[in-house]
Amino acid sequence: MTTGKVVGVISNLLLIEVEGAVTQNEICQVNAGKWLKAEVIRIRQNIASAQLFESSSSIEVGAEVQFTGSMLEVELGPGILSRKYDGLQSDLERMTGTFIEIGDSTDPLDKDKSYLFTPLAKDGDLVKAGHWLGSVKENQIDHKIMVPFVWEGSFKVTWIASEDHFRINDVIAKIEDKGGKTHEVTMVQKWPVKVPLTGFVEKIRPGKIFQTGLRVIDTLNPMMEGGTGYIPGPFGTGKTVLQQAIAKNSEAEILMIVACGERANEVVEIFSEFPNLVDPVSGHKLDQKTAIICNTSNMPVAAREASVYVGMTLAEYYRCMGYKVLLLADSTSRWAQALREMSNRLEELPGQDAFPVELPATIANFYSRAGIVKLGNGQMGSVTFIGTISPAGGNFKEPVTESTSKVARCFYALSQKRADSKRYPAIDPLASYSKYIDYQEFGEYSDEHIQKGWVQSVKRLKDLLRIGLEARDQINILGDDAVPVDYHISFWKSELIDFGIIQQNSFDPIDMRSEIDRQRYMLNFILDVCSKDFQFENFEQVRDYFKNLINLVTQMNFSDYGSSSFKKYEEQVVEILNQNTELHAN
Amino acid sequence: MQTKAFRKTYTRIERITKATCVLKASSVRFGELAWVEKKPAQVISIIGELVTLQVFGGTEGLSTHAHVVFTGKPPSLAVSDLLAGRFFNALGQPLDGLSPVKGEEREIKGPAVNPVKRAKPNVILTTGIAGIDLNNTLVTGQKIPFFADPDQSYNQVMAEVALRAEADKIILGGMGLSNDDFIFFKNTFEAAGVLDKIVGFVNTSEDPPLERLLIPDMACTAAEYFANDKKEKVLLLLTDMTLYADALAIVANKMDQIPSKDSMPGSLYSDLASIYEKAVQFEHGGSITMIAVTTLNEGDITHAIPDNTGYITEGQLYLKHDTDIGKVIVDPFRSLSRLKQNVIGIKTRQDHPQLMNALIRLYADAMNAKTKKENGFDLNDYDVRCLAFARDYATKLLAVDINITVNEMLDTGWGLLQAHFEKYEVGVKDELLQKHWKKEPQTSA
Ligand SMILES: Nc1ncnc2c1ncn2[C@@H]1O[C@H](COP(=O)(O)OP(=O)(O)OP(=O)(O)O)[C@@H](O)[C@H]1O
Ligand SMILES: [Mg+2]
Repeated sequence: MTTGKVVGVISNLLLIEVEGAVTQNEICQVNAGKWLKAEVIRIRQNIASAQLFESSSSIEVGAEVQFTGSMLEVELGPGILSRKYDGLQSDLERMTGTFIEIGDSTDPLDKDKSYLFTPLAKDGDLVKAGHWLGSVKENQIDHKIMVPFVWEGSFKVTWIASEDHFRINDVIAKIEDKGGKTHEVTMVQKWPVKVPLTGFVEKIRPGKIFQTGLRVIDTLNPMMEGGTGYIPGPFGTGKTVLQQAIAKNSEAEILMIVACGERANEVVEIFSEFPNLVDPVSGHKLDQKTAIICNTSNMPVAAREASVYVGMTLAEYYRCMGYKVLLLADSTSRWAQALREMSNRLEELPGQDAFPVELPATIANFYSRAGIVKLGNGQMGSVTFIGTISPAGGNFKEPVTESTSKVARCFYALSQKRADSKRYPAIDPLASYSKYIDYQEFGEYSDEHIQKGWVQSVKRLKDLLRIGLEARDQINILGDDAVPVDYHISFWKSELIDFGIIQQNSFDPIDMRSEIDRQRYMLNFILDVCSKDFQFENFEQVRDYFKNLINLVTQMNFSDYGSSSFKKYEEQVVEILNQNTELHAN
Repeated sequence: MQTKAFRKTYTRIERITKATCVLKASSVRFGELAWVEKKPAQVISIIGELVTLQVFGGTEGLSTHAHVVFTGKPPSLAVSDLLAGRFFNALGQPLDGLSPVKGEEREIKGPAVNPVKRAKPNVILTTGIAGIDLNNTLVTGQKIPFFADPDQSYNQVMAEVALRAEADKIILGGMGLSNDDFIFFKNTFEAAGVLDKIVGFVNTSEDPPLERLLIPDMACTAAEYFANDKKEKVLLLLTDMTLYADALAIVANKMDQIPSKDSMPGSLYSDLASIYEKAVQFEHGGSITMIAVTTLNEGDITHAIPDNTGYITEGQLYLKHDTDIGKVIVDPFRSLSRLKQNVIGIKTRQDHPQLMNALIRLYADAMNAKTKKENGFDLNDYDVRCLAFARDYATKLLAVDINITVNEMLDTGWGLLQAHFEKYEVGVKDELLQKHWKKEPQTSA
């Protein structure tokens, strides 16, 4: 084992004089009474610079260092779901103290718990890394036990356990490599987090909608299974609320939430809410399909970078089991800032806004790990990734937002103005986009599964919005009376779309989640209303008329889809539509 | 401290900047406290034998042959119940001429609370100010700053809030506090008869600016003692965090760090978060609620200090002088309490959330009408009604001189809606309208 000693401490950057071989990104342990973890991030001659995953107070020059020979790894196996991890995958609930003391770390998985194992492979099967050997029940999820991802080549199954209870370190299969050597497989394996987890055959192009339950996303800017998106916005505009709304209402089968450098109270909210909320996919409680990785803003900065990689690796792991995984990270800016702090201490030549020059590449590599994949057995699995961004000064012209825009395919821009006027979710409907809407794959999928010509309808809705906002600008410049009444009609149509489709109350038990079926109905309904040939004498009439309409449509959104009150409000809309057209006919 | 006697004295300083000095020393720990002559200092970097000290008292008059002694431990505070009713400087030394407090020595930059040991903050903290209780309801365990222009009476508002909120202890962290404001705080607390609930850590504008770097950590350590050890409800006041951040920038600059936005260190977010995240609700009932002041430069909230603060705190209260009514109001647009949804409509009346939103939306319409008017356009009837509503709303609910109960605020709100608008204009659920919209038309609220 390589050893060394601390020769410098600059905040959480350690300078270590090394004796022997050392690897970039190798984890070392520093003796400070307790053994503290650090990651090597630069090597110059015999001096390794390492970022300490802890506060460095109490580290003394001369402290002993041991190098572990491996990179930062996660433990993969049953027992990840419902867990609350810190940024290095320590189970927070196993820590005893009220405070997390320096060097506190716990096992990620429960070594004593026994799971009912059901074999999926049989003697003589030929298998490779990632192939399913068996399955255990983890909450309600079938957790596949796979051939370790780090094992290369093909193997033959020589023994597989029959259905029985096992603990994670028990041997459940023996497989033989080409050279005739036998390897024992347990239910737990390790993987270095900074390396994309393979174990699938190929990535395919996304084209199947990933429903979030939010109209402004699903209808207007749809996310795909295995897609990527980012949510930038000034503070307080609703990034976290939006992400949590997606978490609660989406069709994800597995949910990985990375609370990266944000508020502790926000994770506390998840802790307290999720065990009581029903997952719309499985009908079980939401925490059953969820794991939370939290490195809140007061936890060690270096572990912040680790936290997003831990989350991604866990997501990739469940993808290999054939699940639809949703990974959420709030906020990726904090991760970028952690990189900046470190780069600064290393005295590297900085890029824009003092961020490290490799930031765009780092972000691109990370987003690229999402995707929908085909597994060895022909099944599909996906990791859909949505990250938030907290741009300095709320200005999107900054390195993290710009770097992300180059890789992420969906852009959900939160607007200060909309948030100020409480038009939630404050997603700017015109600045935001989903590149998937132009994918041929999505066109075909939506034609078949949502409605023929769906994409065209969505684009019409966007056009109406655009026209309405242009009309509004004209009205604001020229004055209410100086523009034709038609301008007011256009503007109020866009308001109807805004209130009826874009705005959605994430705190209302009914409005918070809208199934695609209901969204289709509302889109058609509103397009239908907008296509009416309205007649008004003056703009005041327009305003009063549409306010009435908007009120009714909002009440529809607050009612159960298809319920009697839903129909009642709908009938009222139809009634006043008829009145106007009758008026027109007279 | 018997060990002190054996501590080696160094007498050769190699480099001196306005905030730091560098010397050769051995067996030094990162973060430990040292004394440079009579000035406190802290180890902020060690490279081989070269140790950099941040000198809190400033380096004016420092000689290369000054005596430097390392204490072997980080800055600490002696905590006990005896802290109550006392005022201290940034080093925790008494400012009141009385003897030092005896108690358990605690390092001042303590570890983070394990998130799973926190409780969800959901106990309402009322202030009587509708701009806060109605629109931006606070809960215990929350952290929230006032964003204020330097000429606003933010310290007065904060003192008022502190006195009205129910707290077992009020801890004041004053950074660059003017001596006048320091005396104001002392007098106000004394007049209210609550001096025995107060613990003050104060660095006035006459004290060395770098010393204020220790104030928030000192105050947090005392707060944690009362909130966790004693299970008390603690209210922590920090004013002015902008001056704290300015001090951080000075040190970073003297350390040759590459600044990020607005000459602030790249670590500003983490530095501020490590303070604000001390706000906590414990399961046992103890809590730390933090109310801070961040003064703005010409109202610019995109400046790195308010910007990073906004990204950390659970909302912000934005004080604004409303020229139409000639009073200071809590601006309903930029102000926000993110934890309000934990209590509004749950701990308060069910109509609270919708009514609050309706009022703010209509106030926004009024602001649009105002812009229209300023641009010389004719106002329509709706605009005129909105403007009349806005005046009433500002006077009866937004002004900081209001002191009424939450139910009174809600009733006032419904009254305003009815006085100026029709049912269909307010965008509130039918169910609530039926309950709260009085049958007979009202003339005035
Ligand atoms: N969809 C919504 N419906 C109602 N209120 C909302 C919604 N989204 C946001 N809000 C309000 O805005 C507040 C701030 O939202 P949120 O915490 O999501 O902001 P954020 O963008 O994550 O801010 P930060 O960058 O500081 O973390 C919430 O506490 C809530 O009061
Ligand atoms: Mg947030």
